[in-house]
Amino acid sequence: MPDSRATATDLIADYATLKGSLPGHGLPWLDTLRADGLSRFGSSGLPTPKVEAWKYTNLRSLERSSFVPALSLRETVSVDQVPTIFAEPEATFRLVFVNGRARPELSRLDGLPDGVTAAPLAQVLEHKADWLQAHLGRVGALNGQPLLALNTAMMDSGYVFHVERGVVLEKPLKVVFLGGQGDQAAVYHPRNLIVMEENSQAAVIEHHNGADGVAYFANSVTEVRVDSHAILHHAKVQAEGDAAFHIATLHAQVAEAAHYDSFGLSLGGRLSRNEVSVGLNGAGADCQLNGAYLMRRRQHCDNTTVIEHRAPRTSCREIFKGVLDDDARAVFQGRIIVQREAQHTDGHQLSKALLLSDRAEIDAKPELEIYADDVKCSHGATAGELDQDHLFYLRSRGIPEPQARNLLIQAFLTDALGAVTGYVLRVALEQKIKAWLARAAEEAEA
Amino acid sequence: MLEIKNLHVTVDDKPILNGIDLTINAGEVHAIMGPNGSGKSTLAYIMTGRDGYAVTEGQVLYQGEDLLAMEPEERAAAGVFLAFQYPVEIPGVTNTTFLKEAVNSVRKARGEGELDAMQFLKLVREKTKDLGIPDDMLKRAVNAGFSGGEKKRNEVLQMAVLNPTLAVLDETDSGLDIDALKTVADGVNALRGPDRAMLVITHYHRLLEYIVPDFVHVLAQGKIARSGDRELALELERTGYADYRDAAA
Repeated sequence: MPDSRATATDLIADYATLKGSLPGHGLPWLDTLRADGLSRFGSSGLPTPKVEAWKYTNLRSLERSSFVPALSLRETVSVDQVPTIFAEPEATFRLVFVNGRARPELSRLDGLPDGVTAAPLAQVLEHKADWLQAHLGRVGALNGQPLLALNTAMMDSGYVFHVERGVVLEKPLKVVFLGGQGDQAAVYHPRNLIVMEENSQAAVIEHHNGADGVAYFANSVTEVRVDSHAILHHAKVQAEGDAAFHIATLHAQVAEAAHYDSFGLSLGGRLSRNEVSVGLNGAGADCQLNGAYLMRRRQHCDNTTVIEHRAPRTSCREIFKGVLDDDARAVFQGRIIVQREAQHTDGHQLSKALLLSDRAEIDAKPELEIYADDVKCSHGATAGELDQDHLFYLRSRGIPEPQARNLLIQAFLTDALGAVTGYVLRVALEQKIKAWLARAAEEAEA
Repeated sequence: MLEIKNLHVTVDDKPILNGIDLTINAGEVHAIMGPNGSGKSTLAYIMTGRDGYAVTEGQVLYQGEDLLAMEPEERAAAGVFLAFQYPVEIPGVTNTTFLKEAVNSVRKARGEGELDAMQFLKLVREKTKDLGIPDDMLKRAVNAGFSGGEKKRNEVLQMAVLNPTLAVLDETDSGLDIDALKTVADGVNALRGPDRAMLVITHYHRLLEYIVPDFVHVLAQGKIARSGDRELALELERTGYADYRDAAA
């Protein structure tokens, strides 16, 4: 077995030469933060399956690859068209990153109302460094979180979204990450920060997109803070290129009577992992974590969630549904922790996978840790095939088998999409799923 | 239109149909009656191509073609329709999506143009009105949470929009109260015509008061034990199936 430390060394080898050009260089607090990440990652290396949280997702294929840091890429590629999840009748707010670099000329931030900041991390480090110091790196210890530590050391891009007290942003902020442009295998470490102050409301839609056939590694970390009575809707489409590695770690802190919902649609990547940790810290805090994934060939998709109820009357609903074809593999690890103080907690978790091939595989591991005595918690995990009676019924009405299968697959995913806010977004996500199914059918025929 | 010749069918190697002969001509309505376990539903399923039934002998010709060699969707396109005894519930697929997909698949296979949203809606509205089906039933998921009567109405609605040449109705009367039975029967009767044929499978005479058959056959032990006209159904109503059970013993 290769020594993961060798690759780990590779991933941080350029730190010394790059550090002068990393955003915020010279800010003492940030230099300290980076140094901590560097030493943590330097001693741990990439996680191996011996680490419980990484038991089912093996990073060996990542270790065998080598990458060029985004900041060292030879040139800036030109982009004719920024991919979009849905067309807008009027301009929306948009931040665009290409190969891990912010591209202001492709972004559209004019007209952001007062009290809203949406900008690349580097820019905010220049103008509001003190404010950032108070919010960045508040994700807890870097112990046992090698990818988070790596991001902390190398953070080179990312966005900051700050909505001040009482401000309601009507239109969503779209953030587009476009990777795999050009022929170099790039690695980048976006560090994103979302701060929703009291009584504010907003929606963020992330679109991670990339070219097929080019290996690249996106290692992002997102810190989310939702203050009391604030509402954040967070959607993410992961449609990376077929040779991409996509590892995203998100930590959200939800305060009293605040609401955070997230929906992730994962379609792309060779290996992807969404690790989401949510702390429900104030009484009545509420979250919804939903996800859908469609994977085929040898794709691997990992959804790992940790929900910690730390206050009374907190609630969380989690539904993850996936479709696995060919040799695809998925992992669902869902941990719910209910602390002693968190009485009258309501926590529900469901993981369902539809296996379209004998070789497809899902590893599901629900975990409940409950220390309070008056709570409602449930979890369920199933894996199965398409229902033959359903299929026959549709076919008996003249619907050819491929269409009938696709109808049933879409139906299976429906309730994971149920909590998506916004009709336009929901329809756009359904279109993405349809397009994926059509493409899979087309390629299976060819 | 339909010729069933010496049809033998097994399920898990157990013989269920033991040599059925039946000819149905265009314009005719045939009823198949029989005790439970006589093979009535097997006959219905074998016509639509459900898995799990092995034909060990005999053949089924539909408009001169080998029906058993066709896929279920090909049979539907060719005009064969089965109204299920127990229609399945399909959560997540709305009735409208399902009907539209079905109608356009069949139209496409028949070389007719697909209907656009407006044309489709017009067709469905017409049929739902005739069948007394409320609009909200179209928005709900296919049969999900439907009552027994609603499911049967939904079957007849599908039949009406798909416009089959040969309709097989499997115990369509079960679970229906008398009003629902009349509505369903009206829907079925509206489809009767010189170019169409029907095979009505039922345990009871009741349905045949509303869908009056030209021929009645008694199925027992996987064979047609007796054939006659509608008088036979009335006789069975009086005597029950005891004679046909005894014959097996």
